[in-house]
Amino acid sequence: MTEATAPSRTEPQGFSLSAIPLWGQFAAIIIFGVLLSLVWDGATRWPEAWVIPAAQWITDFIEWLKSEATIFGVEFKDITRGIGAALKAPVKWAEYLLYRGFKGIGLGPLPWVAVAAGVVIFAHWVGGVRLAILCGLTMIYLATFNLWKDSMKTMTIVIVAVPMAALLGITLGIWVTRSKTASRIFSPMFDLMQATPHMAYLAPVAALFAFGPVTALIATVIFAMPPMARCTILGLQTVSSDVIEAGQMSGCTKRQLLWKVALPSSKRTLMLGLNQVVMQTLAMVVIASIAGATGLGHKLLYSLQQLRLGVAIEQGVAISLIAIVLDRLTQAYAYKETDHFVAGKTFVQRHKHLLLFLGILVASYIAAEFFRWVKIPPSKFIWGSGDAKTVLFDAKLLARHMDQAIRDFNVVAFDYINPIRDWVTIWILLPVRDFFLWLPWPVFVGVIGLGAWRLGGMPVLLLCLALMFSFIVTGFWVETMKTTYLVLIAAALCVIIGVPLGIWAARSERVANIIMPICDTLQTFPSFIYLIPAIMLFRIGDFANIFAILPYATVPAIRYTYLGLKRIPPVTIEAGIANGATRMQRLFKVELPVALPEIMLGLNQTIMMALAMTAITALIGSTDLGQEVVRSISTQDFGRGILAGFFIAALGIIADRLIGSWAAERKRQLGVA
Amino acid sequence: MKNLLKGVALAALMMAPGAAMADVESDEPIIIVQNNWTSQLVLSYVVGKTLEGMGYTVEYAPSDSQLQFQAMADNDMDFQVEAWEGSMKSAFEKAAENGMLDAGTHSALTREEWWIPNYVLEKCPGAGHWQGLDRCAEMFATAETKPKGRFVGPPADWGKNYADRIGALEMNFEAINVGQAATLWAELQSAYDRKEPIVLFNWTPNFIESKFEGQFVDFPAPSAACNEVKEWGPNPNATGDCGAPHSGWLKKAASPRLPEEWPGAWAVLQRVDFDNADIAAAALLVDVDGMEPEEAAEAWMKENDHLVKSWVQ
Repeated sequence: MTEATAPSRTEPQGFSLSAIPLWGQFAAIIIFGVLLSLVWDGATRWPEAWVIPAAQWITDFIEWLKSEATIFGVEFKDITRGIGAALKAPVKWAEYLLYRGFKGIGLGPLPWVAVAAGVVIFAHWVGGVRLAILCGLTMIYLATFNLWKDSMKTMTIVIVAVPMAALLGITLGIWVTRSKTASRIFSPMFDLMQATPHMAYLAPVAALFAFGPVTALIATVIFAMPPMARCTILGLQTVSSDVIEAGQMSGCTKRQLLWKVALPSSKRTLMLGLNQVVMQTLAMVVIASIAGATGLGHKLLYSLQQLRLGVAIEQGVAISLIAIVLDRLTQAYAYKETDHFVAGKTFVQRHKHLLLFLGILVASYIAAEFFRWVKIPPSKFIWGSGDAKTVLFDAKLLARHMDQAIRDFNVVAFDYINPIRDWVTIWILLPVRDFFLWLPWPVFVGVIGLGAWRLGGMPVLLLCLALMFSFIVTGFWVETMKTTYLVLIAAALCVIIGVPLGIWAARSERVANIIMPICDTLQTFPSFIYLIPAIMLFRIGDFANIFAILPYATVPAIRYTYLGLKRIPPVTIEAGIANGATRMQRLFKVELPVALPEIMLGLNQTIMMALAMTAITALIGSTDLGQEVVRSISTQDFGRGILAGFFIAALGIIADRLIGSWAAERKRQLGVA
Repeated sequence: MKNLLKGVALAALMMAPGAAMADVESDEPIIIVQNNWTSQLVLSYVVGKTLEGMGYTVEYAPSDSQLQFQAMADNDMDFQVEAWEGSMKSAFEKAAENGMLDAGTHSALTREEWWIPNYVLEKCPGAGHWQGLDRCAEMFATAETKPKGRFVGPPADWGKNYADRIGALEMNFEAINVGQAATLWAELQSAYDRKEPIVLFNWTPNFIESKFEGQFVDFPAPSAACNEVKEWGPNPNATGDCGAPHSGWLKKAASPRLPEEWPGAWAVLQRVDFDNADIAAAALLVDVDGMEPEEAAEAWMKENDHLVKSWVQ
């Protein structure tokens, strides 16, 4: 194993370190670090006097940008405010269209009947009957659960943010593939943008670009754009050279080669990027409401504040459903086959969907003047009148039943769960936390550094060292260790739960059909909702924090295990069968080892998601980096918030580089790279 | 066909711009801050609807309860009807230095203090007073705080340091801070349903009093001397050995552009005044009667017509 993980190319010539076995090197570092901490207190806690006040510098810098900075005589604040105002225009138009109406010309917003019919008709056009039914049911859900107007408010940000993030992502992606400089600047930036918890940049963005929907829009685009850029880069780089040559032979200009050859042939990867943009945008809905976006997110936080969990669940389901519908629609649109047999069809035949929609649109605008329920969905569904009235469906009542059910469950389950919670807290969580807090930083730096060097050589080592020292010298060591401890335990649990589920799904198509949609839902279902039941059952503490991280962070562990196992070439499996391996032997000796690099990438994503969740579990009550991020919003201490967010990202990037180097090397050895 | 034409004509007629608005200084929308608790939502609708009745255009924008003040100072939002001394004092004062306007104080008095549900008194009859509560400290212990009792404290950024007070009064408690108000209520609900002893941070007026029966714990009455003179109070060796004030302020805040662009609206906002009963009633309509905040605002305005008229004059 030692030889397998230590690529020979990283061994410098004539260096005698390689004579010492790997465990010996680690042991030497640990012993050295511990001894150092015994003689020098500074090895346990970075000396106060040496702390670099970077947080204060950043806060001062942003205050200066806000109040004094000028570029060519124009105040910096006016520039950012100008950008903010420009971004406001598309949001305004979306608002007029979806829920405000065009007051100037006396035209109301789109009647809900028209919107719902439009979505269903579009779904039928791009994806056939099945997709139309999914969309229809979603529209009915939004209407009957009294969530229509808030959904439209949420959509105003979504329909502006998604195209903006997608276009920006594709543009930056193309630029990165063309220019080395751009690649050097943007690649690490994409890492940072994705790994920094969104809450960390809400306050500074709000301070610079006007508070309100625009802040929400910018924060959403920052968060949702990187996957698009990454997929564009990956797509363009993996276009097969045959295709490019064919393009060149047919005399394409450089521009034509990009737009007519390279981009279309990497459509699958691009669509994966778009899928992530949609999912991430909807995942931001609740956080965006902290910075002034109206709609489902704002209402959801209010419901949670009132402990109306049932209502919050209904609103959360609406967000997930919108995400799923948008995703399926964009995917179907991209894969829709062009109709090559237009000749011989009449105009009406060719455009029947569009004509039908226009008809409904006009009719509903007219009908909306006579029947209120055409304009906005009725809030109660009542059959009959007077004493014979029966309420057919009442979303509020359903929500109250859900509340009661959750409380009843809590009363019954608490006595069984609490001893487990206490046991785990006292015997596992607190000792592990104390261990991490005791750990002298030279040990941590040394162990990670050695690992980085053995796995990825000098560049990875230098990057990891720089990142680790960044939180040591700025005085964030304790908070960072608390986050490390929480995330490591959560990630371990995610693997223990997720990998077996992934294996199960890979073995049975039926299981996969159940698990995969659940994964989709978990990723977009607002994680804020898990917090409340977690607190009720487990009370404030790290047990609840970890529990709240699990649903979100387990998803990649399941997905990557499933995909890794599914992608094993059938030849490999047949070779196992031919050698007389039992089912179990095949799994443990053939399939899992081959899929391991993929599973490790899943672990990597799990760690990223768990890190992102620490900013949200901070709302339960914690004292780690996540808490620093959340607290900075109210204290307007931009520096501490940004730094804490950056350190969360740094932990993610360290894990990413270590695991990534290992997986790449392993893949090379397996010959599957 | 004829009917359709008729319909179109009628529709066109009805969609024509409404009757000319009453005279107001500007048609630009006044942006009203909304937070995520009941009384604030209802009362901001109340003031918003009052202004709409005068012909102003208003818009509601959600905001974090801390970010809002700087946003008002920057003219991104225009006013807030409920700013609490307890949880928002520092953000309020910081923004006031940057230009945000203080639009006056309500009659309502706020109090925040340790709070226990009434069933705790059955198990620990003296719990209404801090010394009695301290004698039962172990009853409130959890795995992390044993043998000390657990006090569920407010979010760390609300500027209250209960660990200091516990130290000054030498109490057998440990303060565990939550990350947001909803966490407090989830803890309370869970304990309340199981009749488990709990002591937590709470304040009045809020919706809790309409849903849960309980009371504040009495601490030595606060005074200026408490925080300055060690000899003052039960512990002769410490400052800060007293409770929180019983009468915190509840203010209104506004953007600097409000009086310039909409002087009439500014005048109304300055006259708006709620007392504790008004706020409790507003919360009750939603939290107990199950109305939506906007409906509740209309109901509240009907009940308190004279009050609304007195603001408009």
